[in-house]
Amino acid sequence: MSSFSQAQMIEFNRLVARYPEGKQKSALLPVLHLAQESFGGWLSAETMDYVASLLGVEPIEVYEVATFYSMYNLKPVGKYMFEVCQTGPCMLRGSDSIIAYIEEKLGIKPGETTLDGMFTLKTVECLGACGYAPMMQLGKHYREHLTSEKVDAIIEECRKNAAMNN
Amino acid sequence: MKLLLEKAHIENIRLYDVYRREGGYRSVEKALKMTPDEIVDQVKRSGLRGRGGAGFPTGMKWSFIAKPEGVPRHLVCNADESEPGTFKDRYLMEFIPHLLIEGLIVSSFALGSNVTYIYIRGEYAWIVDILEQAIIEAKNNGWLGKNIQGTGFDCEIYVQRGAGAYICGEETALIESLEGKRGNPRIKPPFPAVKGVWDRPTVVNNVETLAAVVPIINMGGDEYAKIGVGKSTGTKLISACGNLNKPGVYEIDMTISVEEFIYSDKYCGGIANGRKLKACIPGGSSVPILPANLLLKTAKGETRYMNYESLSDGGFATGSMMGSGGFIVLDEDQCVVRHTLTLARFYRHESCGQCSPCREGTGWMEKILKNIEYGKGKMSDIDLLWDIQSRIEGNTICPLGDAAAWPVAAAIRHFRDEFEWHVFNPDECLKRNYGLAHYADERALAV
Ligand SMILES: Cc1cc2nc3c(=O)[nH]c(=O)nc-3n(C[C@H](O)[C@H](O)[C@H](O)COP(=O)(O)O)c2cc1C
Ligand code: SF4
Ligand code: FES
Repeated sequence: MSSFSQAQMIEFNRLVARYPEGKQKSALLPVLHLAQESFGGWLSAETMDYVASLLGVEPIEVYEVATFYSMYNLKPVGKYMFEVCQTGPCMLRGSDSIIAYIEEKLGIKPGETTLDGMFTLKTVECLGACGYAPMMQLGKHYREHLTSEKVDAIIEECRKNAAMNN
Repeated sequence: MKLLLEKAHIENIRLYDVYRREGGYRSVEKALKMTPDEIVDQVKRSGLRGRGGAGFPTGMKWSFIAKPEGVPRHLVCNADESEPGTFKDRYLMEFIPHLLIEGLIVSSFALGSNVTYIYIRGEYAWIVDILEQAIIEAKNNGWLGKNIQGTGFDCEIYVQRGAGAYICGEETALIESLEGKRGNPRIKPPFPAVKGVWDRPTVVNNVETLAAVVPIINMGGDEYAKIGVGKSTGTKLISACGNLNKPGVYEIDMTISVEEFIYSDKYCGGIANGRKLKACIPGGSSVPILPANLLLKTAKGETRYMNYESLSDGGFATGSMMGSGGFIVLDEDQCVVRHTLTLARFYRHESCGQCSPCREGTGWMEKILKNIEYGKGKMSDIDLLWDIQSRIEGNTICPLGDAAAWPVAAAIRHFRDEFEWHVFNPDECLKRNYGLAHYADERALAV
């Protein structure tokens, strides 16, 4: 069973301190983000129970929230997740072909992860980058004005980073 | 005229020292010498209307906040920005974050909010860092914290990250989410001004609205009201996207025509790749799409302008709305059915599921649109679509239901021939576009 490190506990306490006495449940969304980042990019039942015990709420309250919001992953994902926007404004600027290109290049469909556990492809709805389309989210940041060359470069960059971190 | 983004491109304006040197935080100095009621009065005089989509007068909204003895009140800044086509708040927060913080301090003082929250969409993760940095700097310089500038006013600002849910932009869903729950909108009344976050009186305002409080205090409400036209006072951020030469965020005063906005080099620089204008959704995905002819001119043949009144001229029959300022442009090669399908999918994905007309209707509309787009549609499907959308509108807890219905209704209203073409040409629909046909504007044809 994993639990927060000391540094993560400091962050947890910082988050909880923002709300009035007795309203610590309000920290649930930020704390789930912290848990997801800390425990391998997804939320297992064990992780959710741990968050519930830290905040003093029922596990069901955590499951309800974790299943409602699209950014929480309820099963393991690849080391790098390509979240490509497919809504109207991005579609107008060619997001369909970017998605098709990534599918072909990585040999996976949206929702799938490569066998080596490196990449997950996910289609998402408007991320607020419509003027810089097509685009995707990769970790904390956006990659915009995508072309097939840019996608190639991003895949390369991820592979290099992964090799360096090993 | 630029009031919000004028200084956004000064090097290092994100840093407090540069922002302050450029005249930042003057509105706080001024406001702290006024009474809260005087500030509310200035905002009323300015004619400022909410920039989040509904356009409700901000000063009036502020004057509704309940003030029960001994109960804390809260200001919440809505930075959820998830309406397709909209990316203006992001721009403001990313490039000139102190402007928002400054507006929040003044507004918090006016409303008596000692703890103010910025609820930001979870995907804007890097902007959280930018805002938190600006908050630390403001605090270190005495603009936040206890006894600000010796006035006895205490204020803290916290940034709360959402986690991917368009519905959390709706103010009561946002409040639920801020309380650590699913984003299910509440039934109103009670309104947030009476019972909001933790049952305390709460005002929820959009990022751009709260930033606009800075120039209003600096120049005075009456001066601000002189900019623009009629009830469209001040400046408005427009995020332009789709098939334009220069998509991006533009600050306009609301006196320019739609034609100037699209074709002038000062703004969008015309349609990309030398193509012609086919259609446009001028105020974010929820507002009605207009064909080129009705976009550039009203049904009466008058020039259409980029302001609240003119964009809605003609009602839903021949007009649209200013909405959130998300300006989506389709060129002659784009398929309205396909575009509408992506929006229907979006609303199905984002429905919170509380009301059956919205939950079932959005899924049903997506399915029918998909059939039509992929050459499996029947003529009766078009009427069925119309019927479904009309049954959602007005029959739900929150306006997301309407927001899902309107784009479908407008697409059928103005582009019915394109839907029919899909039904008659099942083998062609994915290969070829129906084209410009009769709804094109002369200008669009000439360019
Ligand atoms: C489905 C839905 C989504 C919304 N999303 C946003 C949003 O992302 N940002 C926003 O400021 N307002 C949004 N609104 C409007 C808010 O409910 C609210 O009217 C607004 O935040 C009030 O601020 P304003 O008066 O400053 O515009 C949304 C409304 C609905 C119904
Ligand atoms: S209209 Fe849709 S999103 Fe709004 S409360 Fe009802 S089901 Fe939820
Ligand atoms: S539609 Fe893709 S970012 Fe808005």
